[in-house]
Amino acid sequence: MSANGSTETLVELEHLTKHFDVKQGVFARGTAKVHAVEDVTLQVRRGETLGIVGESGCGKSTTARVMLRLLDVTSGTVRFDGRDITHLSQRALRPLRREMQMVFQDPYASLNPRKSVGQIVGTPFAIHGVKNARSRVQELLERVGLSPEHYNRYPHEFSGGQRQRIGVARALALSPKLIVCDEPVSALDVSIQAQVLNLLRNLQSDFNLTYVFITHDLSVLRQIADRIAVMYLGRVVEIGDSEQIYDAPKHPYTAALLSAVPRTGTDPRQRIVLSGDVPSPIDPPQACVFHPRCPRFHRGHCDVEEPELRDLAPHHAAACHYPLERWPITDEELRQAEGAVREDRPHLEGAAHD
Amino acid sequence: MTSSSGERMLDVRGLTVRFPTSDGIVQAVSDVSFALSRGETLGIVGESGSGKSVSNLAIMGLLNRARTVISGEVEFKGRDLLTLPPDELRKVRGKEIAMVFQDPFACLHPMYRVGAQIAEAFTAHSDAGKHAAWSRAVELLDHVGIPNAKSRARDYPHQFSGGMRQRAMIAMALVHNPDILICDEPTTALDVTVQAQILELIEDVKREFDIGVILVTHDLGVVAETANSVMVMYAGRVMEYGPAAEIFRHPQHPYAWGLLDSMPTIERRLDALVPIEGSPPSLLAPPSGCPFHPRCPYRFEPCATKLPPLKVPADGAHLDACHLPYDKKVELGAQRAKKVAA
Amino acid sequence: MAFYIARRLFWTAIVVAAVIAITFVVFYLLPAGDPALRFAGKNPNAQQLDLIRHRLGLDQPWYIQFFKFIKNFFTGDQYGWPGLGYTFAGQSSVLHLILDRAPRTLLLIAGAAVIWLFSGVTIGIISAVRRRTIIDRAAMGFALFGISAPVFWLGLMGLYIFWRQLGWSSGTGYVSPADSITGFIGHMWLPWVVLAMLYAAFYARMTRNNLLETLGEDYIRTARAKGLTERQVIFKHGLRASLTPIVTMFGLDIALLVGGAVITESVFNLQGLGYLAINGATTQDLPTVLGVVLLAALAVALMNLVVDILYAFIDPRVRYA
Repeated sequence: MSANGSTETLVELEHLTKHFDVKQGVFARGTAKVHAVEDVTLQVRRGETLGIVGESGCGKSTTARVMLRLLDVTSGTVRFDGRDITHLSQRALRPLRREMQMVFQDPYASLNPRKSVGQIVGTPFAIHGVKNARSRVQELLERVGLSPEHYNRYPHEFSGGQRQRIGVARALALSPKLIVCDEPVSALDVSIQAQVLNLLRNLQSDFNLTYVFITHDLSVLRQIADRIAVMYLGRVVEIGDSEQIYDAPKHPYTAALLSAVPRTGTDPRQRIVLSGDVPSPIDPPQACVFHPRCPRFHRGHCDVEEPELRDLAPHHAAACHYPLERWPITDEELRQAEGAVREDRPHLEGAAHD
Repeated sequence: MTSSSGERMLDVRGLTVRFPTSDGIVQAVSDVSFALSRGETLGIVGESGSGKSVSNLAIMGLLNRARTVISGEVEFKGRDLLTLPPDELRKVRGKEIAMVFQDPFACLHPMYRVGAQIAEAFTAHSDAGKHAAWSRAVELLDHVGIPNAKSRARDYPHQFSGGMRQRAMIAMALVHNPDILICDEPTTALDVTVQAQILELIEDVKREFDIGVILVTHDLGVVAETANSVMVMYAGRVMEYGPAAEIFRHPQHPYAWGLLDSMPTIERRLDALVPIEGSPPSLLAPPSGCPFHPRCPYRFEPCATKLPPLKVPADGAHLDACHLPYDKKVELGAQRAKKVAA
Repeated sequence: MAFYIARRLFWTAIVVAAVIAITFVVFYLLPAGDPALRFAGKNPNAQQLDLIRHRLGLDQPWYIQFFKFIKNFFTGDQYGWPGLGYTFAGQSSVLHLILDRAPRTLLLIAGAAVIWLFSGVTIGIISAVRRRTIIDRAAMGFALFGISAPVFWLGLMGLYIFWRQLGWSSGTGYVSPADSITGFIGHMWLPWVVLAMLYAAFYARMTRNNLLETLGEDYIRTARAKGLTERQVIFKHGLRASLTPIVTMFGLDIALLVGGAVITESVFNLQGLGYLAINGATTQDLPTVLGVVLLAALAVALMNLVVDILYAFIDPRVRYA
């Protein structure tokens, strides 16, 4: 336990930025920059599940990998358990590695097919020199809903859901403080998803774990997250308590995401269909990055001034000049922000009905 | 278009697909029957290995004939597609029945221009010249909502975003005004906001071109929002089949209950999710009797030995394949509804 | 693109210079005897040896010789441009020697390349399309034979059967096509086939595997779903993607053979560049070795550039990522 073990915050990201250099075709001169994560500030509190949600390319996975220092930081600060780990060498990070673990999306690709389950789950014990590994591994297997007899079996003998349990057991092995789950149930069938989600929830209360849960699936996230950060093009556009995000979203992008999720319920609902695709993170739009797709876009404001992430309610902040006044909201109300004078209708041809 | 909505176009009866392998025979699809009418969207739901995709590939003749055994009947416009010679079936593919696949990143040839690939679909079944085919491609790209279709047609697939690629795939499927559009997990690889766009596009296209759509997906939400009728598959068999509204309001099969209950909902946080215990069976050796019985909480004496036939259990009900007496199903369904509401 | 080519050419020059430098170092680090001794007649005295060393430039340290070589290369020498100096033995121009021998090697490679490309790719396609049939098995059996049979053995067997027994080949040695086109072909067809054998086998295997992999891709299913004929599916959609890696391999294989067809050249006594290199190396004739090394290194480096540019034209994903 570190001296700061009693503080409430486990992970703290301050103005975290991560750029990647990419080449654009063999004949291109120089390289372009991918703005994967741009000025992200957030905290992960002890014992909570922080959900990070967004579409592909929004930077959610990169944020998690930088958080774990699996990637180097371009600028900003990463603090883990009260300690600045932004520039620690991989060697200096090694003792911290047992405290932060990861569960991956693809249960087929993330387990070495040539190793037995016992070896896979026991690897962390071997690396960190822990005794009577075998019985500890068997305990873990039982804890994640597998049988201790599975010790000598190989990954291919298991179904997708069972493999994900193996992945969870491996992550749990060294009693970490933080587990980052990167789309852990996305590759699983619905009936199996629920099993793994239940498992993760139970383990959290039993072991007092802190999760960072990355997903594109808002329904899954609702079942597990305490707080949620919504990311778009490398930025956090809205962050707050889960109930707030789902019941009173403030950012038009969050609103669009929520309304786009297909449901089995029979109640009719307002659908906000965004036009176009997510722009390239190589050349993100000026000012508010969401403005080219935003139904509330105000020319001369949203494309000029970048909105700051500001508190709009207790434990709820959004980066928008014209946050939503209510939820649910009609299409007309969404397009006409209260208190805003606008001469032009949004130029979103085909935004509502294509 | 002269045809009228509601006209029955496709009649699948007893479709069975077997893959002989060195490990044994994979019983991918067993005795599947359904029908599709013009203007209808049929949602086929199931988990991986349920046979939902294989059934459609079999209808399209896209399974390797040398390594597949297919039986049953697929009646389309008075012909049985399963007995058609390969070259006759080829003339149906892409012309009268078109197909859109899951992963738009992998489904377009990376080395040909998008416009050329659509034009090729046109020339495959017509004597039109290159120029006419290209204009048809541009016209359709424009129709499915690609901005600057004329210049974007000259792009290569990797220059398109995922949503645009799926639009291009749909454009390709539409070149000959087909009667049936089969969409196999068309939005699974896409982001949720783009998924909404594509689902809307499919709906629009269905109306404008007056076609029948088969929508294969694992996502019950997608089906609930787009389909008129729904077929639930498990382990290669039909578990339940009926009008969408009825399936979602009064599901009759314990597997459908399980699917619906295990689905995480966006509406609220549940105290605990209700998974279906166990995992889907191997299709090399599916369970005897009802394939779902090992995971079914309501199984009783005949389930392990006798295969329940797909039938309408009572007046006003829809098709299901389950041994439970109908009044028992109604009772359990009511209990379940109460639990969900609470 | 001009910038790209300029940058690549710059690196090509660096690489070739490095290869030359290494050749110098190896030559001086692993002396197999003093080259001056070879040209000094019997029982030379020290004075004579010094004189010869001085005349051959061997009295200077290797790096000075290296820079002289580089300088001469660019400015040319009494035999013209590029200046490659003269051989220790015979004092004749290396440039002329290479110009004289290069056509033999290049024609050997060209003929063999045509044969192996066409036969290899064709066999590969047939065997992929007729997968798991007797044709496929036979083709892959041939491929295994081609890959495992040593070139010298194939060459000797070929000569025995087609020259000595059947008389279909005109045997060893080289006849210039300028002198007699029939004589040229009569002498060359067997070395062509023998050299092509190994490569044809490799190419057949590679084509087959690439094509089978490509035919499993989703876009092939799309092509079938469009209603294209099986022929269109395979030749237009399947081959396009599966032949691109073969283009790369083809270019490099040709370049590598410029200095590497030694065994075929010696079995058939063609006396091309490989023969020159071996001869130069065994007689410590540094300028000859340098000349061949330079040519071979240039061929590989330039072909690499050509292949990369070609690849970008074939595959749009490389052109603009």
